[in-house]
Amino acid sequence: MDGMLFHAFIYLAAAVLAVPIANRLGLGSVLGYLIAGILIGPTLGLVGAETEEVQQVAEFGVVMMLFLIGLELEPKLLWEMRARILGLGGLQVMMTAVLIAAAALLLGYHGGLGLAVGLIFAMSSTAIVLQTLGEKGLTRTDGGQASFAVLLFQDLSLIPVLALIPLLAAPGLSGLWAAGSGEPGAGAAHGAMSLVAGLPGWGYALVVLGAVALVVLAGHYLSRPLFRYIAESRLREVFTASALLLIIGIALLMTLVDLSPALGTFLAGVVLANSEFRHELQSDIEPFKGLLLGLFFITVGAGIDFGVLSAHLATVIVLTLSVMSLKMAVLLGLARLFRLQPGDQWLFALGLAQAGEFGFVLLAFSVQNGVIPADLARILSLVVALSMLLTPALFIAYDRLIAPALRTGSASAPDDIDEWGTVVIAGIGRFGQIVNRLLLASGVRTVVLDNRADQIDLLRKVGIKGYYGDAARPDLLHAAGISQARLFVVAIDDQDRAVKMVEHVRRTYPTVKILARAFDVRHLYLLQQAGADLVVREVFDSSLTLSIAALKALGMHPFKVERMARAFRRHEAEGLTSMYDLWDENPDIARNLVLQARIREHVGSLQDALNSDRLQLHDRSERGWTPPPRGINRELDGDA
Amino acid sequence: MPSHAPLAASPGRVEVGVITARRRILCLFAHPSIDRSEANRPLFDATARVAGVTLVDLYAEYPTGEIDVDREQARLRGHDVICFMHPLYWYSTPSIFKEWQDLVLEHGFAYGIGGTALHGKLFFNALTAGGPEQAYCAAGYNHFTIRELLCPLEQTARLCGMVFLPPFALFGARTAVDEGRIGAHVTDWVRVLEALRDHRLDLAAAVPLTKLNADLDAIIREP
Repeated sequence: MDGMLFHAFIYLAAAVLAVPIANRLGLGSVLGYLIAGILIGPTLGLVGAETEEVQQVAEFGVVMMLFLIGLELEPKLLWEMRARILGLGGLQVMMTAVLIAAAALLLGYHGGLGLAVGLIFAMSSTAIVLQTLGEKGLTRTDGGQASFAVLLFQDLSLIPVLALIPLLAAPGLSGLWAAGSGEPGAGAAHGAMSLVAGLPGWGYALVVLGAVALVVLAGHYLSRPLFRYIAESRLREVFTASALLLIIGIALLMTLVDLSPALGTFLAGVVLANSEFRHELQSDIEPFKGLLLGLFFITVGAGIDFGVLSAHLATVIVLTLSVMSLKMAVLLGLARLFRLQPGDQWLFALGLAQAGEFGFVLLAFSVQNGVIPADLARILSLVVALSMLLTPALFIAYDRLIAPALRTGSASAPDDIDEWGTVVIAGIGRFGQIVNRLLLASGVRTVVLDNRADQIDLLRKVGIKGYYGDAARPDLLHAAGISQARLFVVAIDDQDRAVKMVEHVRRTYPTVKILARAFDVRHLYLLQQAGADLVVREVFDSSLTLSIAALKALGMHPFKVERMARAFRRHEAEGLTSMYDLWDENPDIARNLVLQARIREHVGSLQDALNSDRLQLHDRSERGWTPPPRGINRELDGDA
Repeated sequence: MPSHAPLAASPGRVEVGVITARRRILCLFAHPSIDRSEANRPLFDATARVAGVTLVDLYAEYPTGEIDVDREQARLRGHDVICFMHPLYWYSTPSIFKEWQDLVLEHGFAYGIGGTALHGKLFFNALTAGGPEQAYCAAGYNHFTIRELLCPLEQTARLCGMVFLPPFALFGARTAVDEGRIGAHVTDWVRVLEALRDHRLDLAAAVPLTKLNADLDAIIREP
């Protein structure tokens, strides 16, 4: 049996079975993955030894997630969050670590060990928290933002913590272990390669700064020409490959200088948040991130060692509950200190109460450096896993118990109201540009997509913001925010793609209103059939404008011309409506004789429509300003 | 406006022997269906031939109804006599004149604080009415005189500091061609325009009249 295929089958099958059920039950996807992991790992024993290896791959899901989060976060927003990242995050890590160290001292452990354990438990799970917040639509709430700030600080603090842990070694243990590990390397798992081993402190600092500068500068100046070049090749999978290359390259660079890969890609994401490739990158990376993150959760579930658990069941449970309550207490205190709203306080405290995936890394590293004995580490590892397993339950508690109570209590004003809503415009050629300019000038927020990178680039140069990407792709439309949009404007010139686009959006997002540009009447009918709410023929108005100018140039009275044009427009609209059913019966105009006859009639009736007099033909075209009959005065006088 | 101050101060005085510059006349014309016009069309054509008169076809200039306020205000500033030429529609002007008033006669321009741009100018209507003259009185089926029906315009002119003159009116316009009255009416119209232009029209005598063209010999001094 091919081992890799078999394992891939097991992991995927477990996910496919467990996650939809968990979601249906309202438990969220994270708990679904964790349960799937427990099923295939400790319960059924289908997977085992390779879990740790898989986990290293799966951790890359976290790296990708932070890249995606970075893409959503413009540098300006990040800067606005600085007080929270340092204040809230810094205090959370320090207070939690010190309190746990104190508890460890009371229990009679060595102070260094206590501090190491404290730092390990201070970390929360970026993966679980951000995934769950996103799934529940809580990312943009104040509590969600505060949680994010703390998680970001924890990521940052990983570097000094890794440097600190070797110094905490207890005399007895260190003698045993210290020999093999000289590097302060990131993660016992990947720590084999390092550019900075043996560098003095200031040298290391310089290298780190250089690496960060490289990511920022290359992200800003190099990546865009590269992406543009690749986009012009129109090879979609190469674009995906280059997006992956970017992320893996940065992760590699960060690992080489002992920085967190997640942090590096997050930074790259922020740098690219303003670029025209944002939505394309998002939709390309999203599936990888989703799968890898799911895999990661499965490995956490599968990695629970039931042997150790049953032997120390009471200890593990008591430890888990005490660690979580202590973290919650610290978080709640900080939330009060930083004046979060009551609802956000609870979201913040319940959400971040678990230990995180960094815990596994740090535990392994601590054992390696002789700070924590191996048997204790196994128990602590279970505590980390169990606390992660309990987190979805805490989110459910927040949803069911706290959020409803608060919703009825205080009717807080919804923040960030977008008065007109967002409009997604597909295609920014001659047609889409006009639409976009008028909407923007009227204060409407638009998201513009076009699959010609050079066009987007040109528009950016004149100050119009658009994004590169093929709007016919459902995932890209999704990344562009179609699900929250009020209107979708189809302004592309590819007729078939336009119809497919309308069909897809109508089916998937029934509430979005669709306005589409049609090439001709046949295309107009096709778009109507596909579900467009309003279709406009692309050259109808300009042809009419030119005909108006022509009649005026011939010397016809401008107001009469205006009226004729109005009558023409009306006649045309009526004709289009009346012919749709005939067309619908048989769209093949060449063979649809009834439709042909109707078209002839429509064309023939135009002159009557424009020139007939209301009084003679009872036509509606010139209803206004016809003088009364000549004998009217006698009639009126007789009545008086 | 200082240049018009003497006129504003004595609108009723006959300007005999006073040599002043010619009055500049602005005829704003509105007929939405000029193709069908029998009375306004010859009036329009005749007006175009009078020297010193600016003739504007509002429906031609603004076929979509979008009026250029700045341009219209500049025109008003550049003339001493403002005339609305139109058929009488429902005892008032065609609708574009209402839009024109609503937009052009702005506060601070035509009335209110600083709104003195029109002070001392003359204002009147040159209109054609379908009903016979005898219908425009308390006993007729229109119940009011034409002058009474134009009260809103008279008050508008007054608020803007303009002198309101009675309308130059053609009654029974639907039968005027058949009855051979158009030619004489057009001649009268040109005579009135020239007299206004050359300060030969006795404003004091004209102001109280019901219609301007009741007896032209009584108010116009021939050169």
